[in-house]
Amino acid sequence: MAEKTENRISQTMAQKILAWHCGRQYLNTGELVNAKVDLVLGNDITMPLAIEEFKKIGVGGVFDRDKIAIVPDHFTPNKDIKSAEQCKYIRDFASQQNITNYFEIGKMGIEHALLPEQGIVLPGDLIIGADSHTCTYGALGAASTGMGSTDAAVAMATGTAWFMVPETIKFVYSGSLKKWVTGKDLILYTIGLTGVDGALYMSMEFTGPAITALSMDSRFAMCNMAIEAGGKFGIIEFDDTTKRYLEGRHTRPYRVFHADTDAKYFKQYEINCDDIELQVSLPHLPSNAANAKDLGNIVIDQVVIGSCTNGRMEDLAIAAEIIKGRKVNNRIRAIIIPATQKIYMDAMEKGYLKTFVEAGCAVSTPTCGPCLGGHMGILAEGERSIATTNRNFVGRMGHPKSEVYLSGPAVAAASAIAGRIAVPEEVIQ
Amino acid sequence: MIIRDKVIKYGSNVDTDVIIPARYLNTSKEEELAMHCFEDLDADFKAKAKTARIIVADDNFGCGSSREHAPIAIKASGIKLIIAKTFARIFFRNAINIGLPAIVSPDAAANISQGDELEVDLDMGIIKDTTTGMSFQINPLPGFIQEIISSGGYVNYTKKKLGTECSCGGNCNK
Repeated sequence: MAEKTENRISQTMAQKILAWHCGRQYLNTGELVNAKVDLVLGNDITMPLAIEEFKKIGVGGVFDRDKIAIVPDHFTPNKDIKSAEQCKYIRDFASQQNITNYFEIGKMGIEHALLPEQGIVLPGDLIIGADSHTCTYGALGAASTGMGSTDAAVAMATGTAWFMVPETIKFVYSGSLKKWVTGKDLILYTIGLTGVDGALYMSMEFTGPAITALSMDSRFAMCNMAIEAGGKFGIIEFDDTTKRYLEGRHTRPYRVFHADTDAKYFKQYEINCDDIELQVSLPHLPSNAANAKDLGNIVIDQVVIGSCTNGRMEDLAIAAEIIKGRKVNNRIRAIIIPATQKIYMDAMEKGYLKTFVEAGCAVSTPTCGPCLGGHMGILAEGERSIATTNRNFVGRMGHPKSEVYLSGPAVAAASAIAGRIAVPEEVIQ
Repeated sequence: MIIRDKVIKYGSNVDTDVIIPARYLNTSKEEELAMHCFEDLDADFKAKAKTARIIVADDNFGCGSSREHAPIAIKASGIKLIIAKTFARIFFRNAINIGLPAIVSPDAAANISQGDELEVDLDMGIIKDTTTGMSFQINPLPGFIQEIISSGGYVNYTKKKLGTECSCGGNCNK
C-alpha cells in the first residue's frame, strides 16, 4: 500500500501516528487501515476471553512476547474462586508464552498507572488494550485506545489491528488552575461541555498553555477519561514535562510526533482554566459536571481515592495535605488505594500512608476493586460514594440503587473529613 | 440474511455496566452472562427476550467499559440484532467481532416502537417495520467489515487471512 510519492495532507497527531504504523506518510480521516501495534494489553477480566479467542486462531505463539502486557488488577488479589480461576488461566498463558510484561500480585499495579511508570508505553506508540481506559497513555504523546478481547486476541496473533482514521477535536486550555484544581477537574469540566458522546469515534487533542503547565499525573488523569466523552484517543503532545518523566524510565527508543500547525480539526474548544472550579460529576453520567462548592448538603457514606484516573502520587499528596492531622468523619468509610507498588512505597516514605491510617482511612494494596464494583468497597442499596474514579453509571460501585459522585482528590479528601461533599476550604481552617 | 422479530426498545447511553454488571465478570461463560443481562436496567429483559429478539436504542449504545462480555451476554440471550442511532465505538467493534449484527440508523431508531415487528434484510440494507408499514434504508458497512460478518466474526476472518483454518470449524487449538 505504501506509495512512493504521496500528496501532502496536513495531519493531526492521530493521523500521523497511525500513518507511521502502517507504512504511510499521510492518512485521510475516515480511511480504514490495518496497522502494526507496539503493545497489546489485557487484564484479569478481558484477557481470559482474549486467550480463548487467541487459541482458536491457531498460530501457536504470540507475535512478540515483549509486546504484550498482562496485568491482573481488577478482581485481585483474587476476590473469589471464580476470579482466582480467571487469574490462574492468564498466569498459565503468560508462563507458557513467556510473556515479558506479566505482573504478579505484589509487583502488580493498576495497568494504566503501571505501564507508563515502568516505561513500557512510550511517545509515538500505537497501543491497544482490552480495557477502555487504555487511552490514558495518550498523555505521553501516544495513540492508545481500548478495544475488546477479540481485537486483543487477533493483535496478539498478528501484531496488527484495524483502525478507522479518526477526526480530531482540539481542546485549547488557557489561563491557570485555581488552588486544588487538577487535571481531573479539567476533564470533568470538559466532558460536561462535550457530553458522554461528544467525541464519539474521535481523537481528542488537549493543548494550550495550561496543558504545558500541567503535571504528568494530571495529564494521565485527563487522557484516561477521553473514553467518557466517547473518544478513541486522548492525546497530549510530547514536551519538556514528558521528556523529564521518561528520563531513566524508557527501555527502548521512542518517536515524537507533533500535529501540523495547519492540521484540520472537526471542532475546537477554547477553555479558560481561570474559570474552572473544583468539579463533581453527579450520578449517573460523567458529563453531569457541577461546581463542588455549589452542591449544598450531599451526605455520603464512602470515599474512594484511587483508580487508574487518580491513584498517583499527586493525588495522594493532595489528599494527605487535606487529611493530615484531621479525622475521617465517623459515618464515613474512607478507602485509599495507591495505584502501583512504587506509588505505595513512595507514599509510605513521604509519610502519607501514616497520615491516612492515623486519620481513620483504610489503605489498600493496588487494585481496580471498588471503581467497577468488583470488591474492596462495594455500596449497599441507597448508599453514596464520592470517588476519584472515572464512571458513575447505575450500579457501577455496587447496588443498582447506590450512587457515585466523581471528583478529584481534593474534594474527595475534604468530603471524607466533612461527611458530606465538601471543598477543602470547608475543612481546612 | 433476513431477520424477522419483535422489538425491545431502550433509550440513550445504555452503558456496559447495566448490560452486564462487573460483579458477574468473574466468568466468561456465555450462558452465565446471559442470566444477568440488563438486570440493573430492565428486570423484565429475560421475559421480553423470549418473544422479542431485536434491540432498538437511541444514542451511544454500549458506552463505557471494553468488556466483550456485554455483546456476548446480549447475543447469548437470543438477541439477533441491535439497531441504534449511534453506538459507542468499542461496543460496535465487539459486536461485529463476535458476529452480532449492529446497525446504525437514526431514522429507524427514532420511528420504531417497543413491540413493533421488524423485517430486516441485511443484504439489501432495508429495515421494514411491519407494524407501522414504515421502511428505512441502512447505509452499507465498509466491505472489510462486511467480510468480518460474513466470515462469522473476526477470529474466523483472521484464520482465513492467515490460512490457519482447519476442518474442526474453529473449535480446536490448531
